[in-house]
Amino acid sequence: MSTAPPPPAPAIKDAANIFALGQDAVLIRFGNGQTSNPEKALQFMGLLTAAHIAGVIEIAPSLASVQIRFAPDRITRAAVITALQTLLQPTTAPQTPPPPNRRWTIPVAFGGPSGPQLTEAATLAGITVARAVADLTHTPLTVLAIGFAPGQPYLGHLPENWGMPRQSALTPNVPAGAIVVAIRQIVLFANPSPTGWRWIGQSAFLPFDPNRRDPFALRPGDSIHFAPVDATTIDTLRANDPNGLGGATWEGAK
Amino acid sequence: MTTTLTIDSTGPLVTVQDLGRPGFIALGLSTGGAMDRLALYEAAALLGTPAPQTALEMAGRGGTFRVTHATRFALTGAPMSAQIDGTGVAWHASHSLQPGQHLTIGGTLSGSYGYLTFAGGLTAPALLGSPSAHLAAGLGARITAGDTFALGVDATPDRTPQTLSPTDRFNGGSLRLMPGPQSDEFDAATRTRFAQTPFIRSAQANRQGIRLDQSGPAFTAPNAATLMSDFIAPGDVQLTGAGLPYVLMAECQTIGGYPRIGTVIAADLPRMAQAPMGASLAFEWITCDQADVLFQTDAAILAKLRATVQPLRRNPADMRDLLSYQLISGVTRGDELAATI
Repeated sequence: MSTAPPPPAPAIKDAANIFALGQDAVLIRFGNGQTSNPEKALQFMGLLTAAHIAGVIEIAPSLASVQIRFAPDRITRAAVITALQTLLQPTTAPQTPPPPNRRWTIPVAFGGPSGPQLTEAATLAGITVARAVADLTHTPLTVLAIGFAPGQPYLGHLPENWGMPRQSALTPNVPAGAIVVAIRQIVLFANPSPTGWRWIGQSAFLPFDPNRRDPFALRPGDSIHFAPVDATTIDTLRANDPNGLGGATWEGAK
Repeated sequence: MTTTLTIDSTGPLVTVQDLGRPGFIALGLSTGGAMDRLALYEAAALLGTPAPQTALEMAGRGGTFRVTHATRFALTGAPMSAQIDGTGVAWHASHSLQPGQHLTIGGTLSGSYGYLTFAGGLTAPALLGSPSAHLAAGLGARITAGDTFALGVDATPDRTPQTLSPTDRFNGGSLRLMPGPQSDEFDAATRTRFAQTPFIRSAQANRQGIRLDQSGPAFTAPNAATLMSDFIAPGDVQLTGAGLPYVLMAECQTIGGYPRIGTVIAADLPRMAQAPMGASLAFEWITCDQADVLFQTDAAILAKLRATVQPLRRNPADMRDLLSYQLISGVTRGDELAATI
């Protein structure tokens, strides 16, 4: 009999709430709906996937939640919820999040016309522009969630001092491939779009291309590294880009 | 032997639709598919196909169609004026189209989305496992005049035309609303008032969502500005920052920031899709347990519709027209007469 206390389990159980999301899905939310918790969502997604619950037909992670769609003729909502509650027990939680499927390197030009608000963002973060680019290219980033537009990733997290809120006014339009930042997260836009986030860089990477063999480049949990290049390089990559990946490369399992 | 469908003219928003592409929520792509899924099941029941076929969804207005081999087709969803070589044909029914004939489908008489389905199915290039157009995601495109599609063979093109009485859903009405993850962001008084408020289907509507108008105070949630973005789904009733309700539809985004007061159940979404501009709508709260009891599998929906299908009978008031049609067209199909007995 061991006298040692049980190992500290990840606090996946904290404040998890389970809700109906229409007639054939439930949503499990980590936190109060006001804060993001994507690491916990990804971790729980890994647990759920490994659990292979019969009748569960789709699992998707978001910034603070996981959606579980089920076939109501194969499993009841009550049975889905019971299975989720079992998985929420600390004893079934893994000690570490699953390793990333793929490690991406994506060329990005930061600042100048490629990222007109880089200086503003660096000022808000209380650092120099050079230090900001160092943070953006050295912080290990993870695809936290994909959404709003097909394939469009939310990446995080930058250091604490990048916790700047969204702008109160919208930037009317940023191009596809734009890198924008807010609340310690980065979005790489799939399409030209207005945004309340600050535009700090530009890639030639298309997260979604319906004509590509795999239209969706990224998956939740992939790791991302931005390789700094100049604006001319981005233009060249875009001009010679048969697969819409803008010079990005990846290694690891599919 | 391939049958070719040629589209000689078309309304502004005719697209290929099926039941969509489930399974891509984690990658940011909503299921899409027909706005009025029930119409695809009705077509399957009328044509006797084992499952819903890929169809043409016609928003507001149809087009002119012809085929190279005889085939049955079904007209379902929003009733539209329809003629074969100038002779009116019934909606909510199946008919046969012969080579050389022109099927002309005009504007909606009520509702918003009509569907043209062929017995052998329609073949269009599949992207991510489905030929359905998801315009918001850039998958597929609107159909234009001159487009052609391959149709599957209809082994019994002259089978008796069939009809059914559709669920009344083409003029607005009541929508059952179940609670969702953010219903509690709205206080009880606001939720109650939501179900007591008469709404009007606004002009602002597309395959992503439909805005509803009302004349009372806005419906607001105190913490709306700082809510985390989270999953949204078709049927969700989302309130914008200004408190305007949108019902999310087939091509909605997968994640959204505005709070949702509840979710319209699947059985009532066709009524939302079909409500024409200006139609009156109201919401009725039901519990999650009540909503779950009302869930129907695809198989159950189809079986129920099949049981209601009947041979197409001419309305006795139309009999004189029927005789004149025969005299004029000179084409009387034996089984068509049998259907009038």
